[in-house]
Amino acid sequence: MINKIVASIAEALADVRDGSTVLIGGFGTAGIPAELIDGLIAQGAKDLVVVNNNAGNAEYGLAALLKSGRVRKVICSFPRQVDSWVFDELYRSGKLELELVPQGNLAERLRAAGAGIGAFFCPTGYGTELAKGKETREIQGKQYVLEYPIHGDVALIKAEAGDRWGNLVYRKAARNFGPVMAMAAKTTVASVHEIRELGELDPEAVVTPGIFVHRIVRIPRVATQAGGFRKAA
Amino acid sequence: MAYQKRSKDALARRVAQDIFDGAYVNLGIGMPTSVANHIPAGREVILQSENGILGMGPAPAEGSEDYDLINAGKQPVTLLPGGAFFHHADSFAMMRGGHLDICVLGAFQVSATGDLANWSTGEPGAIPAVGGAMDLAIGAKETWVMMDLLTKKGESKVVERCTYPLTGIGCVKKIYTELCTLACTPQGLALIDSVEGLSPAELERLVGLPIAA
Repeated sequence: MINKIVASIAEALADVRDGSTVLIGGFGTAGIPAELIDGLIAQGAKDLVVVNNNAGNAEYGLAALLKSGRVRKVICSFPRQVDSWVFDELYRSGKLELELVPQGNLAERLRAAGAGIGAFFCPTGYGTELAKGKETREIQGKQYVLEYPIHGDVALIKAEAGDRWGNLVYRKAARNFGPVMAMAAKTTVASVHEIRELGELDPEAVVTPGIFVHRIVRIPRVATQAGGFRKAA
Repeated sequence: MAYQKRSKDALARRVAQDIFDGAYVNLGIGMPTSVANHIPAGREVILQSENGILGMGPAPAEGSEDYDLINAGKQPVTLLPGGAFFHHADSFAMMRGGHLDICVLGAFQVSATGDLANWSTGEPGAIPAVGGAMDLAIGAKETWVMMDLLTKKGESKVVERCTYPLTGIGCVKKIYTELCTLACTPQGLALIDSVEGLSPAELERLVGLPIAA
């Protein structure tokens, strides 16, 4: 029997190894797997490469992971935020490497990894600093830059509901990087608020088919800023 | 002759006037966001947000914010009936695949031939951040810039060659400013309109570049 549902976050993350590339979903307040990030901090793996759209806010979640000193490199599109002081300090003091990637390239490089594409030519960034040193090619009169996939060892994503085969649905704009990160990692761990029986998720509406998902852990629905629900008054 | 600058609202209205019925549009963070409030009545325009929304609606009423439903600037928004959600690779395919009709962006500088600089001032020690700027700039069928023509020091932000780091090459079609609307062409700038009382000669003096009538 296939059962991808695990009882705890600790169990879901037990085998994350030092040096792993960890893909972390989320954009702004939507879709951040905050509980899984906290679990990764508790788990203790170090020398990590983290891929996320941003580089953490304030002192929680990804910022707390960075602050723990276990991240060697961040691959992201937009680290600078009003409250990204943890990243800013580590970056300025040279303790953290940054690979800045245009957001669409980040998504497409993840998708390419998941789809088995060796590399692809993309028009984004041609002639800019971010394409410096990269191979370029003119194709039918248009200039392109060669971009390579981003493979993850582990993906941590947040979905709304899932079943024991690993099928996932998301909630609103919390979907963002979840589906492409799920495809791009050797082991994908999804937190969900609801676990459904097989067949209960409408097969026409499944967003990430279970083949891309390895572990599902249920987390309570709490009114956190990152949880997608209005804070209790 | 004396002339008056377009107000922020008047500028947003001027941009909105050129957005056609049925257009798929991405409005950048900052000044361009305000264009949404000025779409002329009777035109149905579908707004895209890079984080996976088509059919984005206005900000929710206070107390109804849903932090799973935010725009690219990470502010709470709503979804119009008929709207849809999708993942990031699809969202950027809408840009780079040429499906988006118009994107409106802010800028530090635009060159006469449409090079755009809007992601970095290149200051040493600054934390770099690019987000979706480079994908948007080259992806939409038309990229428009909305910005002040002049810096606080009175220098033109429309330049012969950008000195700030580039976002995209030759990608800007039109520039909407507080004083004028300009077209960027491979041959240089062309005048679309300017505020009343501002002569072409005076505008060329402010910009410091030839502007074809």
